Amino acid sequence: MARAGPALDAVAGTAPEAGALELDRLIHERVRLGIVSALAVNGKLPFTDLRDLLGTTDGNLSAHARRLENAGYLLCHKSFDGRVPRTDYELTARGRRALQAYLDHMEAIIAATRER
Amino acid sequence: MIRPAPRVGEADLPPLALHDRAMENLRYIRETMERSQSFTAVSGLGGVVMGVVALVASFVATRATSTAMWVGTWMTAACLALGVALFAMARKARLAGGTLLGGAGRKFAWNVSPPLLVGFLLTVALTRAGLVELLPGSWLLLYGTGVVTGGAFSVRVVPTMGLTFMAVGALALFAPAAWANLIMAAGFGALHIVFGIVIWRKHGG
Repeated sequence: MARAGPALDAVAGTAPEAGALELDRLIHERVRLGIVSALAVNGKLPFTDLRDLLGTTDGNLSAHARRLENAGYLLCHKSFDGRVPRTDYELTARGRRALQAYLDHMEAIIAATRER
Repeated sequence: MIRPAPRVGEADLPPLALHDRAMENLRYIRETMERSQSFTAVSGLGGVVMGVVALVASFVATRATSTAMWVGTWMTAACLALGVALFAMARKARLAGGTLLGGAGRKFAWNVSPPLLVGFLLTVALTRAGLVELLPGSWLLLYGTGVVTGGAFSVRVVPTMGLTFMAVGALALFAPAAWANLIMAAGFGALHIVFGIVIWRKHGG
């Protein structure tokens, strides 16, 4: 949240260079960031676990997951548990690097504002 | 249930807001990582019931009049406890909207099965060789091994429980044979109950 006061001036001019220009929009979105974060810990997770974890709907999760899949950030494994179709998502090396870059980015923003 | 997606127009926002949003994003990532870790298929409530089964068994085992009866008592208890574990894990999975064989449950079962199988084989072999006094140590060590490997990707309390079982098992191997029932009660009884309560309270069921 933006607060009024001198703090605003104190950081002016610093943040933009670490700013939003090269921000990875793909994983910046909340649900997609959640998917990548959860997979970074677990490597691979079933669709249902991810859906419950992120508190989202089937349609929303699969739409966001597909965007990440198209970007090569995750792999989608489809299989059958008996007759029940089952989907697992797995983070790729590329997806992991993307999260790392995003984390670095956020840290850079924070560091840039703290330096003053 | 769809959370409002954050707007992405950072460039238009004042720097302080950018900083706050970065902090908020990092917090969100950390929370998501922590919560995704706290998925455990292991049922705490099941652990408590398994502990009670073991306590009853150790009481019955003190009254065993023969080696065969003693081994039989513990084998029966083990089968009962296995049944309880499967039932409790299936129940927990169902409550979470998954199945026993989905995700975490499957991983756990795969990792825990080999040591249990070895335990069964060793029970037969050691009993035939007349080395029954080695059984409590072997059981506790193998069970602990299974829980450590099975819980490797689970919440920290699960592998910790496994390590504690292994420690008690190591003690059992070198303890006097007369302590057998006491150590079994402490291991399969008390440890199950204590860790069961922790998992039950902290990791949902």
